[in-house]
Amino acid sequence: MEKRYEEAMDNLARLATQIYEQLGGGEIPEMQVTTRSKSNIEFDQRAGVWKLGDSKTKRSAKKLSGARMILRSLYMMDFIKEMIEANKSSTLREMYYISEGWEKAKFNDQKESDRLAEDMEIITDCLREDFKLRPEEDGARVIGDITIEERTRKGDLRRINCRDDVGDSGYTIPYNVEEDKVNFTDIGVDFMIAIETGGMFDRLVENGFDETANALLVHLKGQPARSTRRFMKRLNEEEGLPLVVFTDGDPWSFRIFASISFGAINSAHLSEHLATPTAEYVGVTASDILNYDLPTDKLKKTDRTALEQELEDPRFNTRFWRDEIETMLEINKKAEQQALAKYGLDYVTDVYLPEKLGEIGVL
Amino acid sequence: MGCNVDSIAEKLAEKQKEISIGEFFERNKHILGFDTLTKSLVTAVKEGVDNSLDACEEADILPDITVKIDEIAYQEYRVVIEDNGPGIVKRKIPDVFGKLLYGSRFHDIRQSRGQQGIGVSAVVMYGQLSTGRPTIVRSKIAEKEYAIEMEITMDTKRNEAEIVSEEVVLWEGKEHGTKFETTIKGLLRSGEHSVFEYLKNTAIVNPHARITFHCDGDTTVFKRATDQLPPPTVAVKPHIEGIELGTFVKMAKESDRRKLGSFLVNEFSRISYRTAREIASKADVDDDTNPSSLTLDECKRILKATSKVKIMAPETDCLSPIRSMLIKKGLKNVLKGYRPEFYSPPTTREPRVYSGNPFQVEVGLVYGGDLPSEGSVRVLRIANRVPLLYKKGGCATTTAIKNIDWRIYGLDQRGGSGMPSGPAIIMIHVASTRVPFTSEAKEAIADIPEVVDEIERGLRECARHLRTHLNREKRRKKISRKFRIVREILPMIAEKSADIVDRDVPPLETVMTKIMGVVYVEKSFDWENGVCRGILDINNYTPKEKELVIYIEKPYPETELLKSSIEPAFDGEYLKWDIESLSSSKGESIEFEFDGGLEKEDVGGLEVYVEGVKETSLIGAETLPDDWGVELAEIEKE
Repeated sequence: MEKRYEEAMDNLARLATQIYEQLGGGEIPEMQVTTRSKSNIEFDQRAGVWKLGDSKTKRSAKKLSGARMILRSLYMMDFIKEMIEANKSSTLREMYYISEGWEKAKFNDQKESDRLAEDMEIITDCLREDFKLRPEEDGARVIGDITIEERTRKGDLRRINCRDDVGDSGYTIPYNVEEDKVNFTDIGVDFMIAIETGGMFDRLVENGFDETANALLVHLKGQPARSTRRFMKRLNEEEGLPLVVFTDGDPWSFRIFASISFGAINSAHLSEHLATPTAEYVGVTASDILNYDLPTDKLKKTDRTALEQELEDPRFNTRFWRDEIETMLEINKKAEQQALAKYGLDYVTDVYLPEKLGEIGVL
Repeated sequence: MGCNVDSIAEKLAEKQKEISIGEFFERNKHILGFDTLTKSLVTAVKEGVDNSLDACEEADILPDITVKIDEIAYQEYRVVIEDNGPGIVKRKIPDVFGKLLYGSRFHDIRQSRGQQGIGVSAVVMYGQLSTGRPTIVRSKIAEKEYAIEMEITMDTKRNEAEIVSEEVVLWEGKEHGTKFETTIKGLLRSGEHSVFEYLKNTAIVNPHARITFHCDGDTTVFKRATDQLPPPTVAVKPHIEGIELGTFVKMAKESDRRKLGSFLVNEFSRISYRTAREIASKADVDDDTNPSSLTLDECKRILKATSKVKIMAPETDCLSPIRSMLIKKGLKNVLKGYRPEFYSPPTTREPRVYSGNPFQVEVGLVYGGDLPSEGSVRVLRIANRVPLLYKKGGCATTTAIKNIDWRIYGLDQRGGSGMPSGPAIIMIHVASTRVPFTSEAKEAIADIPEVVDEIERGLRECARHLRTHLNREKRRKKISRKFRIVREILPMIAEKSADIVDRDVPPLETVMTKIMGVVYVEKSFDWENGVCRGILDINNYTPKEKELVIYIEKPYPETELLKSSIEPAFDGEYLKWDIESLSSSKGESIEFEFDGGLEKEDVGGLEVYVEGVKETSLIGAETLPDDWGVELAEIEKE
């Protein structure tokens, strides 16, 4: 058995033992989980990312909900133990369906079981991949001149150049991008540009932006999967590639950037592993809406609420973000990336991106 | 110039003339409740049904009333109301239906639905005004073989009925009763202000009536919840307390009595000669004074003096409260579809007086079940057994409800004022010899301080019951959650954790006790050969050892205890056992037998009381009530 799985097993067993011993000693069973909320994230100066703070949430069998969570945790542990022993893996969704048979320990929806899997990571200090659990979605697509060595299902190593060896849809990032699976052998680009929407990704591909700007194009597919973030983090850290993020201009897109750069609240325990603190935001900003006179939509009530929450969010507490968020609230407008097509299909690659990237100093 | 002014005045004088009461109401029909189409239809039904109920009750007949509504043309409805009342003699029919302000009860001081004699004749007038059609009245009295049927219209100028046609008919299967059929402009709606709602609420507060409603091809029958007629009301004299000065002066001037004393005794209720003398002396007026020569100042002094003299509360036989049990029956009968979880014991307050008029407030409250939990609580406003549907905002009942901070009683209320919200229905009945309506349409009760205050007190009484219920419910739920932890989840946690660490399942008693933290009492009864055997299981799920005293009521004082597994410390009207020591997580069981051919109903409601545990850590029994000790001491002395 690989060492990472052995460690995971040990850590899980320790948790079960703790509960067993509490019961045996006549104590009401309880477990502590680090609280995952906006109020419990702290900026780590050294790593440059936002991580979980020290505040803990107690789950005690004194309450029905706490008792249920403890029971679910035990069932999940047992399930993971069986998978590791049988050398199998499952998706989070499969685990959710299996939990249907856990009687009083079953979940009401998959969100609950996904969250508990994340809790397990925090408690045991392991990754859910160590538990043989993987997410449903595959990673996103990349196009650009880098060469990757990937270990295939059969165990062979295969070299892939992400510009020349792939079709128009690019190279798909696998769910495991750790060193045992993926390594970088040759880097021919100067920087990475992460793009929120498929439409814009395809526009940059069609316009040949990867070659003209010497860039690696990464499609985020909305809020990026862990493997996408980890992939970009490794390229940034190991190969020194700068990362810029290009999204729609609305509160939800700001959050996409936050999770890439600062670390997401739900996975703040993994920020060091996933976040790229040097990532830069290209746009679309509220100022872009004004400066480029972009076609817009009015903010909805939920948009405004989201922006107001962001003003309260410590991760956005910088001059740049405060200005942009307040401006957006003031003009009461949002815009899509593809609104740039107002000036023609080439405008984004000929004018907008060169201007914006020049400002940042990437181009 | 002056000449001009004179001539204007003259011209005006030519136009100034008396208008008849009929013409007045014709022009001001909104005063009578005919201001909108929807409301007109409700008012028409309401006036007819009120009349029928009053007539039946006066004749000691259990009311059986049928209401039928058909749309015969666009916004034109035929309304038929039939009752099994005593019927009306032929010569009186035109006056009852065709003359405003004609009635049998106007001068009486007693509770009845109709008072001014406007109601049903106003319907006839409105029908005629809005559709031009006459009203058809059919009535049969028990003494005659046949019924009379008349077509009536109203001459509003003279306030007289006009008989369009008249014939003698056979009314098959009918011993006595009255039916009237009128055609009016209106609009049939459903919801809060509908005919259906009015009839439903009428059925709640008149559980002795059977009401059938045919409408649009549907038939709804509100069945009787009781065969008991409300006791007949008796006409009484006004009560002096709080009577208005103007009324008093008028009564004094018009009185036939020649001495103040006899005037007070004979024209007011509850005043004896002794009380009259006391009032006179306190008012510094000679009690031999002729009442008609009393000065205004003397009248004032007399009224002021009444507050310093103790006068008995007014007679209550002029009032007809529904009474607690029937309110509950009525509410249950009509609302059972909602399966409410709680009926607060209804409150019937003691009668009080405003401006010389006795009144009495009753309040009922129903909570939970399938009642809608969104929005304001629903309020059934009732005056003299008649539901009020309109002008909720300007009604004393609403004022009283808004005066209360309902949050302390367990209902939601934004900011602690305004209408409370939640799954509740509040019923408020104001009974009076003269309900202080805000207008002739009798839609809302005026904010008389005494009335508002009484309603508020009644509401609080019911609200306290609700709070007790909700607290008990909350505690029960909390405990049932804990039971689920210890009975369902905890054993699974133990098993699974033991399984993972590969060891034996640990014992759980201590942890269970820590989670529950209560003393749990279970009571059960079974029967064998006519002997009733009771079992009390007492479990100490608290971390501490307990010294307990257990009490249980006996079904009847003469019920005998045949045997008991633990010797009772007292055996009388109740049983008492001492449990000197019950360790944590241990249980004790008391088995006992009663004789006397007891049935399930006899023992089902027996309360168990426990001494030695706080109320909050006791489940399945009550702590000993505060007044129990007094009773206990008395019994034990004997």
